[in-house]
Amino acid sequence: MKTAPQFFRHGPGPFARLFVFILLSCLLIAEDLRFKFFPEIRQTIGIVIFPLQKVAYLPTNVYDQIEELLANLYLLEENIKLRQQYLEDREQLLTVHTLQTENEHLRQLLGAVQYIETNTEAKAVLADILYTPRDPFNHKITLNKGHYHGIQLGQPVIDDKGIIGQITQLYPWSSEVTLLIDKNHSVPVQVLRNSLRSVVTGTGKKDELELRYLSVSTDIQQGDLLVTSGIGGVYPTGIPVAMVQRIERDPVDDFVQIISKPIAGVDRNRQVLVLSLVQPSPSDSIEMPEIESKKN
Amino acid sequence: MNRKKTETKKLNPGEYYKQDIYIPPTGRYIAISLIIALTINFLPLPQHVLFFRPDLVALTLIYWSVNHPHKIGMSVAFVMGLLMDVGNTSILGQHALAYCVAIYLTLVLGRRLRIFNLLQQAPQIGLILLVMQIVIVLIAVLGGSRLPGWSYFFATVAGTLLWVPLSVLLNAPLKQKSDPNTL
Repeated sequence: MKTAPQFFRHGPGPFARLFVFILLSCLLIAEDLRFKFFPEIRQTIGIVIFPLQKVAYLPTNVYDQIEELLANLYLLEENIKLRQQYLEDREQLLTVHTLQTENEHLRQLLGAVQYIETNTEAKAVLADILYTPRDPFNHKITLNKGHYHGIQLGQPVIDDKGIIGQITQLYPWSSEVTLLIDKNHSVPVQVLRNSLRSVVTGTGKKDELELRYLSVSTDIQQGDLLVTSGIGGVYPTGIPVAMVQRIERDPVDDFVQIISKPIAGVDRNRQVLVLSLVQPSPSDSIEMPEIESKKN
Repeated sequence: MNRKKTETKKLNPGEYYKQDIYIPPTGRYIAISLIIALTINFLPLPQHVLFFRPDLVALTLIYWSVNHPHKIGMSVAFVMGLLMDVGNTSILGQHALAYCVAIYLTLVLGRRLRIFNLLQQAPQIGLILLVMQIVIVLIAVLGGSRLPGWSYFFATVAGTLLWVPLSVLLNAPLKQKSDPNTL
């Protein structure tokens, strides 16, 4: 049997090609979801697309600068306001100082030597949000500061009100922040009112966090403020995280369902602060198993 | 009646001058169009705008694949998908697979699509975009995300509406300035 001579070279048909690429994609997806053998792939592509992200950010940059120019006109007024604010804060600060010394004294009396050492004097790096993802599946943002600017994996990211998330992927000139509301993200917190300790977890929904595994009889109320407990050493102590919004006590369940709302503008800000704890404690990996890849 | 019409058309050379002649796009032109589309996809925008934002990279890929299937292959779509994945902080391979599926559909349907005019093409392109987004959703769910609401598919509608303007825009620089007096 003779086959017809080939006039035009076509290569494999569309379906064969699709099959090859589906296999390739499936390999990549499995690698990315489960094994994470080659974080370098992401790193390399990240460097390739960085100039494009930078270009895409230009219009926002220009807008910011114009806004800044306009804002200069209102500086005097703002200055007066800030001065007033400063005086008010000053007064509070004095009380805080006295409280702190009193607290220390009491601690010594109680012999509470062993308490978790978290360094609250954090150094902060101001970063701009370079990019927010288009689809609603991943609650992550990209910042314009990276390894080159001294940012490290696992650093907490805050805005003026509270915690936003944590650095989970590092590129040379940019970095990715996993937001609080991401499904795989948890923060150790305590209730400010009665220092009840727990862990708050993202739900993947916008503006919703969950407190899991608290028994029905737990003393928690609507409107309770959750602040970071500092346990685990990733987050500094006492930064606001969320406000309890809804409590559902169903006698059928063993646990009470508590939904809270993040305090910080998780999806609103343009600028954020990346805190770098001066002494990161060795137990970083407990809270975020995903950032084990610190070695590479 | 019909015949008469064609005959008069043949006899009227002015008709031909009115028709535009398009030169085939160079590889560089296609690459630049894709890079611009990718940059537009990366624009930082507030969350509520994002729902309506069509995937311009996908649309551009589909446009070239429909009109010049030999200029652009599935491998280009795969690479663009990977770039989107990293920029979008999504699962590596998610967009790559979706784009490949979209290109496969255009390769299969392309010859049929080309006989329609742009307006008639738009809903069929919308269907391809829908399949593509369903692939993206499926992979996201596989990765443990929750299902997005129906609003997620607004992007498909926006993409369908953008098909005609995008086609005109991409084709405009390829128009050859035909001057009947040059020869």
